[in-house]
Amino acid sequence: MIRFLLKGLLRDRSRSLFPSLVVIGGVMLTVVLYSWMMGFEKDIVRANASFRSGHLIVMSRSYAENSDQMPNDLACLGVADLLSELRAEFTDVTWSPRIRFAGLIDVPDSSGETAAQGPIFGLGADLLSAETTEPEVLNLSQAIVAGRLPLSPGEMLITEELARRLHIDLGRTVTIITTSMYGSLTTFNLTVSGTIHFGVAAMDRGLVFADINDIRNGLDMIDAAGEIVGFFNDGRYWPTEADQIAETFNSHPQPQPNRFAPTMMTLMQHSGLEATLKMYRYVSSSLVSIFVIAMSIVLWNAGLLGSIRRYGEFGIRLAIGETQGHLYRFLIAESALIGLMGTVVGTIFGLLFSWYLQEVGIDISSVMKNASIVMSDVLRAQVTRTSYFIGFIPGLAATLLGSMISGLGIYRRQTSQLTKEFEA
Amino acid sequence: MRRIGFLSILIALATLVSANDHPTGDEILRKVDENFGADSKISESEMKIMGERVTRTVKLKSWTEGTAKSFTEYLAPAREKGTKMLKLDDQLWIYTPQTDRIIRISGHMLRQSVMGSDLSYEDLMDDAKYTEMYDAAITREDTLDDRVCWVLSLEAKDENVAYHSREIWVDQERFIPLKENRFAKSGRLLKYTEIKSVSRIEGRWYPERMLFKDDLKGGQGTEFVINSVSFDMEIPGHVFSKASLRK
Repeated sequence: MIRFLLKGLLRDRSRSLFPSLVVIGGVMLTVVLYSWMMGFEKDIVRANASFRSGHLIVMSRSYAENSDQMPNDLACLGVADLLSELRAEFTDVTWSPRIRFAGLIDVPDSSGETAAQGPIFGLGADLLSAETTEPEVLNLSQAIVAGRLPLSPGEMLITEELARRLHIDLGRTVTIITTSMYGSLTTFNLTVSGTIHFGVAAMDRGLVFADINDIRNGLDMIDAAGEIVGFFNDGRYWPTEADQIAETFNSHPQPQPNRFAPTMMTLMQHSGLEATLKMYRYVSSSLVSIFVIAMSIVLWNAGLLGSIRRYGEFGIRLAIGETQGHLYRFLIAESALIGLMGTVVGTIFGLLFSWYLQEVGIDISSVMKNASIVMSDVLRAQVTRTSYFIGFIPGLAATLLGSMISGLGIYRRQTSQLTKEFEA
Repeated sequence: MRRIGFLSILIALATLVSANDHPTGDEILRKVDENFGADSKISESEMKIMGERVTRTVKLKSWTEGTAKSFTEYLAPAREKGTKMLKLDDQLWIYTPQTDRIIRISGHMLRQSVMGSDLSYEDLMDDAKYTEMYDAAITREDTLDDRVCWVLSLEAKDENVAYHSREIWVDQERFIPLKENRFAKSGRLLKYTEIKSVSRIEGRWYPERMLFKDDLKGGQGTEFVINSVSFDMEIPGHVFSKASLRK
């Protein structure tokens, strides 16, 4: 039966070419669309986890309420003890303290007077201890443009854009002007060991990285940290486990339940990604659904056209004794075959294009110049397991749906009228 | 009829006498300025900064000449020791020994807190005479800690001041502003100060202990205590130079 159908489809291109092309095109676009959406989602989650929230984050309650303002006066105190407790209780997670701050970078001239000055966002993270994973988490080695990572206290990384704008050479000692934990203006010197570029416009404008101990000294934050971030040891975000860990931590009785008591939030809770991703998934699934419906309409029309073109063929087949049910099933089987072949070919093309987008991406830096969200300025796709079969839903479903609707016309044909139709 | 006429004359005379006894807002401000003003001033003081989580004490020594020149050296705590500030007219520089840099404080940095206190650099810069900055009007009389005060409403003469308006309670006998509310242009209270104790120094009433509170900040405020002050002393010119910041 299948062999017979296949021969018919291959020998009579008018039956198969147009529907196949539509299925191939539709499936390819579905696979690319899905993979691109997955890539976009993964990119947002990864960037927010690495640079902002970790998979889990511990802050004081007051700090958590205003964390976007980096209120270091509300930072956690007694961080060494808190870290020991976290490391002992939640062993599947790697915990690291971080301090985020805003301020100015002041570049001196040869006489020590200000030659250039610009605003910065700073991140103090554990860059120097033997067991640290922070340079890897922050992707610093890959982001280096010139120079090297800090190897000793007093060194820092600045973005390439900042270095270029303020004419800061490698090895130059600059002054950071910011606010201490106690709210006073504070200044401290750091030497630029390297420049970095992340491809995220909001970060590349003026981010600096230094070891947390240098930032602690500068901001008068001894044994304090604004945030303690945790990453699952396998590097993947596990939402259910993260929720459980946060719930367990937050259920511990606090010795002094006040606004400075530590609280834990998951990546989704802290970054506000939960609602964003929910909306994003809703939109993406709606897009795929709209796509399937649109394809169904196209294929329905294709089926109708085919039915009209094959009007005579169906009449003869009915006249020689083929039942309407058999003919309808034949048509459905034929379209299933077209759908299957089209889906396979469309998926292959879709995967190839998605893979290209995953590896090379599309540079949108020109439109991201003034963006303030943590998002890569190279759009990339992500080929996932679902990418391999997502195309089967519209590819097969739409083809079958189109044929099932257009094929209903077979049942309207009256055997008694067939002779008249042939005479005409 | 005659009696009514006589009474009217009496009331008019009483009003005139009262008006002569009762100075205008600007006259009161002038007396406050005279009380505070000096050709030069050397003081040692400390700021007790009562934050939400910790209380810190910062000690400092200041040299001031008129309203244009001021030099301050921080003596304690250890982290701040050696930090110096120089104000010349409307310019402010800060030197920290940790960086060995002299940095000019300007723009939004002037609104930063001085050593985490409730005072900003802008507050430090803002030591021109009241009469130069504000127009005053007496709004009412009030009593603060058994001291009878005039309550003055001050409106800035131009836009280039840190606070658009102020409300001050001036001791009627000693011409000291015992309490002061400082407002933004929107009318929002930004800061308030209270003079907790006053002493007679070199023939003038001078605040000894004051409380500054930034209304936008947590904590109990900053207590400013003047341990010693000398007026009209000779201060060498080199003190008010950028070179002295590094010395």
